Amino acid sequence: MALLQIAEPGESTAPHQHRLAVGIDLGTTNSLVAAVRSGTAEVLRDQDNQPLLPSVVRYFADGRVVVGHDAKASQAEDPQNTIVSVKRFMGRGIADVAKYGALPYQFEDASGMVRLKTVAGTKSPVDISAEILKVLKQQADKALLGNDDGELVGAVITVPAYFDDAQRQATKDAARLAGLNVLRLLNEPTAAAIAYGLDNRSEGTFAVFDLGGGTFDISILRLSRGVFEVLATNGDSALGGDDFDQAIAAHWRRTLGIASTDQRDLRRLLMRAREAKEALTSNSSTESDLALSLGQSIKLKLSREEFHAMTDALVQRTLQPVKKALRDAKLSVEEVDGVVMVGGATRMPHVQAAVAKLFGREPLNNLDPDKVVALGAAIQANTLAGNRSGDDLLLLDVIPLSLGLETMGGLAEKVIPRNSTIPVARAQEFTTYKDGQTAMAIHVVQGERELVKDCRSLARFDLRGIPPMVAGAARIQVMFQVDADGLLSVSARETTSGVETRVEVKPSYGLADDEIAAMLKSSVSHAGEDAAARALAEERVEAARTIEAVEAALRKDGDELLATDERAAIESAIAELGEIAKGEQHREIKDAIARLAHVTENFAARRMDRSVANALRGRKLDDVKLS
Amino acid sequence: MQIDFSKNHFELFHLPVAYPIDLPALEQAYREVQREVHPDRFANSSGAEQRLAAQWATQVNEAYRTLKSPLARGRYLLKLHGIDTEEESNTAMPVDFLIQQMEWREAVEGAKQSKDEVALERLTSQKRDEEKRLFVLLASQLGDDAVRADGRETVRKLRFLEKLGEEIDDAIERLEG
Ligand SMILES: Nc1ncnc2c1ncn2[C@@H]1O[C@H](COP(=O)(O)OP(=O)(O)OP(=O)(O)O)[C@@H](O)[C@H]1O
Ligand SMILES: [Mg+2]
Repeated sequence: MALLQIAEPGESTAPHQHRLAVGIDLGTTNSLVAAVRSGTAEVLRDQDNQPLLPSVVRYFADGRVVVGHDAKASQAEDPQNTIVSVKRFMGRGIADVAKYGALPYQFEDASGMVRLKTVAGTKSPVDISAEILKVLKQQADKALLGNDDGELVGAVITVPAYFDDAQRQATKDAARLAGLNVLRLLNEPTAAAIAYGLDNRSEGTFAVFDLGGGTFDISILRLSRGVFEVLATNGDSALGGDDFDQAIAAHWRRTLGIASTDQRDLRRLLMRAREAKEALTSNSSTESDLALSLGQSIKLKLSREEFHAMTDALVQRTLQPVKKALRDAKLSVEEVDGVVMVGGATRMPHVQAAVAKLFGREPLNNLDPDKVVALGAAIQANTLAGNRSGDDLLLLDVIPLSLGLETMGGLAEKVIPRNSTIPVARAQEFTTYKDGQTAMAIHVVQGERELVKDCRSLARFDLRGIPPMVAGAARIQVMFQVDADGLLSVSARETTSGVETRVEVKPSYGLADDEIAAMLKSSVSHAGEDAAARALAEERVEAARTIEAVEAALRKDGDELLATDERAAIESAIAELGEIAKGEQHREIKDAIARLAHVTENFAARRMDRSVANALRGRKLDDVKLS
Repeated sequence: MQIDFSKNHFELFHLPVAYPIDLPALEQAYREVQREVHPDRFANSSGAEQRLAAQWATQVNEAYRTLKSPLARGRYLLKLHGIDTEEESNTAMPVDFLIQQMEWREAVEGAKQSKDEVALERLTSQKRDEEKRLFVLLASQLGDDAVRADGRETVRKLRFLEKLGEEIDDAIERLEG
């Protein structure tokens, strides 16, 4: 069989084998990896049997990188090179991170996203996140592949539902950099809902309130027989437990006159603040000592009343998005059947009380708030990998923020409104405003505000080569497409002239594709391996996957849906791809994959039509004529 | 090969082409079709099937969004009958309607100034009542060949009310924030 010949050594492609896929919760504070094994989702533990990996990365001058518990334990020793909560910097500029309060890092401005200066060189948040993901990947490889469960086909990575395009793109790049095949980016509250809904066999309308270390999401979902339909989502991707820590630290600095600007002192103060915050969840007051680097020691005290008073504004900031999400979903609080609490920061009593008050009911806390997101991601990963479970899960998610274009006068014109179900595509027509105009500047923005300057800029590009016409005669169609990961691509073309001028962009956070390629090339996990070899390996895997998919489709439906010559054409394209994939030319393999895709288009369309028709079978067809 | 775009949104879900709609049946058909075509079902398929799934799922979402909303559904049915609602170009509205609009807008402004959330909620419910009345009218217009074209003006009025609703929501949001 051509299939086995092109497989990587040691890699099996037997069609019915259980395909392993993991779910990864890449958290601000803690990260986890989980997988479905023998039918149940479980968190994969590290060699010390720990489920949570602290999202802390320490760089050393000799190039060593330490991630997790050890890095966390030493964060006060070497704060500038020990990065915590890097997720808050993903896809963010220097102006954004300045709002987080005092942090012991040396930030550097760079186009699109900040960089951090460390002893091991300047690092982007994508690099740093990739270090965390690499460790999780190793953990998964070890836990799964050791007992020949099969092969790791990919990962579902969770992101806050309110992450914008730049933050999502950055997360996906970090995963690529860590050598992970991303099956899907999944919204964290949706992942939690999967774990919750399947666990409790719930049906109805639920709100998922997820307050983690660095981000806040609220999603309203309808659960019905395995379908998880997100009705609306809202949140604040810069609000989490870290901000409560900052509030306490600022309070102590002010009231105790702590003026030290030493970075170690700054980190220690933040650590004491976090401990105090967590202690006040079960105690009414707390006390600790802060040892400053100059030898001085300061007694730190805080009561629960003081803490609640100084952070009430932060709690209120979570309620506004909840109200907005309910309004967008056209629901009143009484129509919500349950409020599911997710994220470590929802343990705080005043958060619990505020949510209970708003909804007029006690929130549901019967889940492990640290693990549900990873478990839900694992369940989704298992479905995507093709291991159909009886539950037959379907997720219908939405985009969190409106997508639009800049129009005259710096106004933002919405093209796709927030809370549209993905995948979604929408086109908008524009025209020229000057006689003979041959180019048009297109500026893509994301956000709810009227003025472009208040929205986030995603991409700028020019459509050139418009044939000269009088003002208003040209028809420029700008098409927005958002895929199932929530990622946008935009294309523009002039439609009257027949001259197809077309531009297509995938917005990113300022990193061009070749920069990513360069990062990939220099990344540690691929050191010594050159880019061409990597591309070849990737195309071979893709070729094997494509052949396997087409052969499975042929076995299932080939006899019924294909004429003899059609089938022969497909089979010969398979054989050709199999041959070419044995060679060394990744571009040729890519072309052969495209050719196979092309000859299977009609077959794919017929299969799809038939499955839709089957799904709707039993509905009357005679009364659907236009009256 | 593309999806058969000659099928209209109603036909896509095997529903009768008519303004009154069986919402539970629409929801159920939507889920049934998405279960078959959603890209999540094709994560391991060939590139051709993945592209097709993305196109189908996009189209199905668009059809569902259109049919679910009574305004979008009305506008779409008119379009199927070859009637353009001219919402961008035609701004000639009956005087009494315009006067009512102005009064409502003033009331929204007033409530904004005095930060009166209760008044804003009251305006929302008044607006809803007016919408309900217009949806009933639209249904009768769409069901009757003789007056179907009058549905254009009803759709334009409903669009005005939709915008008013967005303004009220904005105002409420600002008061909450
Ligand atoms: N007992 C507790 N009381 C108060 N806060 C707590 C408690 N336990 C954990 N937290 C806080 O929860 C936060 C971490 O929560 P979690 O692990 O859910 O976040 P994350 O998933 O890493 O972050 P995110 O989802 O925002 O990316 C930290 O701010 C931590 O201090
Ligand atoms: Mg989290």
